Amino acid sequence: MSSNVMAIPNVQVGSGTWLEILHGWVTTVDHKRLGILYILYALIFLVVGGIEAMIMRIQLIRPHNDFVSPQVFNRMFTMHGTTMIFFVAMPLLFGFANYLVPLMIGARDMAFPRLNSFSFWLTALGGFLLYFSFLGGSGLYGTGNAPDVGWWSYAPLGAQAFSPGHSSDYWTLALLASGFGSIGTAINLIATILCMRCPGMKLGRMPLLPWLYLVMAGMVLIALTPLSAAQIMLLIDRYLGGHFFDTQAGGSAVLWMHFFWIFGHPEVYILIIPSFAFLSEIVPVFSRKPIFGYPVMVGAAVCIAFVSMSVWAHHIFTIGMSSYANAFFTITSMTVGVPTGIKIFNWLATMWGGRIQFKTPMLFCIGFLFQFLIAGLTGIMLAAAPFDWQLSLSYFVVAHFHYVIVGGILFSVFGAFYYWYPKMTGRMLSERLGKWHFWLFLIGFHLTFDTMHFPGLLGMPRRIYTYEPGRGWDTMNLIITYGALIQAMAILIFVWNLVGSYFKGTKAGNDPWDAWTLEWSVSSPPPAYNFATIPVVESRRPLWDLKHPEDPDSRYE
Amino acid sequence: MSTIATPLTSRPQAWVLPDRGKVAMASLIIAESAIFTIFVVAYLFYVGKSLTGPTPREVLEVPIFFTICLLSSSITIHYAGKFLEHGKHGAFLILWLLTIVLGGLFIFGTGLEWHRLIYERGLSISTNLFGTTYYSLVGLHAFHVTVGLIMLSLVAVFALAGRVGAEQSWRVEVLSMYWHFVDAVWVVVFTVVYIVGR
Repeated sequence: MSSNVMAIPNVQVGSGTWLEILHGWVTTVDHKRLGILYILYALIFLVVGGIEAMIMRIQLIRPHNDFVSPQVFNRMFTMHGTTMIFFVAMPLLFGFANYLVPLMIGARDMAFPRLNSFSFWLTALGGFLLYFSFLGGSGLYGTGNAPDVGWWSYAPLGAQAFSPGHSSDYWTLALLASGFGSIGTAINLIATILCMRCPGMKLGRMPLLPWLYLVMAGMVLIALTPLSAAQIMLLIDRYLGGHFFDTQAGGSAVLWMHFFWIFGHPEVYILIIPSFAFLSEIVPVFSRKPIFGYPVMVGAAVCIAFVSMSVWAHHIFTIGMSSYANAFFTITSMTVGVPTGIKIFNWLATMWGGRIQFKTPMLFCIGFLFQFLIAGLTGIMLAAAPFDWQLSLSYFVVAHFHYVIVGGILFSVFGAFYYWYPKMTGRMLSERLGKWHFWLFLIGFHLTFDTMHFPGLLGMPRRIYTYEPGRGWDTMNLIITYGALIQAMAILIFVWNLVGSYFKGTKAGNDPWDAWTLEWSVSSPPPAYNFATIPVVESRRPLWDLKHPEDPDSRYE
Repeated sequence: MSTIATPLTSRPQAWVLPDRGKVAMASLIIAESAIFTIFVVAYLFYVGKSLTGPTPREVLEVPIFFTICLLSSSITIHYAGKFLEHGKHGAFLILWLLTIVLGGLFIFGTGLEWHRLIYERGLSISTNLFGTTYYSLVGLHAFHVTVGLIMLSLVAVFALAGRVGAEQSWRVEVLSMYWHFVDAVWVVVFTVVYIVGR
């Protein structure tokens, strides 16, 4: 412990006034503080997006309900989708990347600390712009405030004629700002991972988390930029009288769909690959075994990244493409299942024969495995063009992608919270509350999203604000709303746990999980400079080597 | 726990990692290429789809002189970097300023062409689909040239103040990568707008 702490002369370490602390956080360029800022920012929006979801669910609890007006309902689903993808999932995953990647590769900070801070505040500006639309969106026209054209804002609905006022402009500008922020962070991550590794950490010795974030950042560069380009075109249409998506001047509404989904589908993998990263760190530690098939895990992630760039049109089978295009996108979409399946088998093989500890992080990871598998299976169903013609834009699709995003991504993020919270704060999260959180959330999740497949199969379209009684949807919608309430309770327990454990949790120490990667070699929370002496590594599990000098990993690699 | 460095003493002999500036610039270039790809795809998709005139064949004139200016600036900036690396400050400064002049000429040429199109041919960004795609693609490129010129001028100011020496050449190299990219994009834009699209 002693030699890990560096005494810096003439520097007063300690808390100042509230203003000084606030100033310190706002002007920080430290990757750990920025990581925490990203995460807190995302958690606030998680609650906001959750409230929007609850408003929709209460509206749909029974037929002919009038809890909110149709206009408000449209705003809710637009804001819910945009918020959850761009201002919850992305900042959460970038927050963990910011915090963990430099620690895991033995670096003292990201490659470009000021770019890092700039990217965070751009993302923050994006979220602010999106929600400012509630106040400023109506502009001079009195035409409704927040954006209400769906999170993909299909042309021509996004055009000036059909969304007057400024609501769509706030949506566009919010996505542009956060998009540039994401590109900045992605560039920073790539430069950090390639150029800042500690001596001995070859790419083949890097933990899987930085590896998968490298893949994810590469995807951000290629897949997020088409969205920014399309948003610029939309701005040209709306402000300069351009005709990109104006069918009356020869423009094409379908082109917007393509541009949006060239971003939209890889985005799913941009979000899920960090989830894979969390699992690849958590599952081995709680199975007490090294990860099974390390090179294959890396290869599969790269493979997913490549294939996922050519599957976007499976979102728009219903617009009527040629049979060749349909066949192509069906086949590529199904192909993604292969490397993903390899990953699932590798996690199972990691657990196989291990001494599994069912701590809360591991519970969430096991939940992920089951749910992500089911989400993948409904994904394969929807990838078949004829099946998709029947069920596209129905609640079956809503159930499918919530299975991916909630059952997959959110579960793994919860696992990551329980796993790395001790490192970030120095205190353990309560296991008892964690188990309550897990089981309540699991029950609520399955009540909501298992049930949601069936109204979809029975023909309930997505984005309707109410429905007629007697179509067989009534009871199911009631169950779905109750499930959502249970999930909300679980989230409250989670927030309670986060806040309470910060003050009263048991002290974590450096290495509460007996783990193997470098972040556990420093104190919790780590000092500002991370490592007093830059570590040198000789295997994929440097802390194993340290704890077991008689049988180090480096002997076998 | 004691320090992690103790048991693992054998520091690898040559631990050389790529330069972060170059890696970051390469990443930025990949991202920018994706943005340009989308605009190029939109341009090609809309070739000949305008419902009203003027058409590209009627109004566009191939800017051969200004294209030569921009492309040759890639050569001057390359040799400027080489001279800086070898500490020949005078030659560096002359070639660097020449690069700025050539880039500036190109922007001037774009301005001339736009002025002619707008005031003589009546083609603005809202006139028809061709106008929309033309001004956004060429404008996006011109914006990148402008950003490049601002950064080149910054370096020139520092160089005139005598602050840019051979030890800064790796930084100048990063900027030079960006400038080469901007030139390479012009080759694509030129081909698409003035050859394929006409």
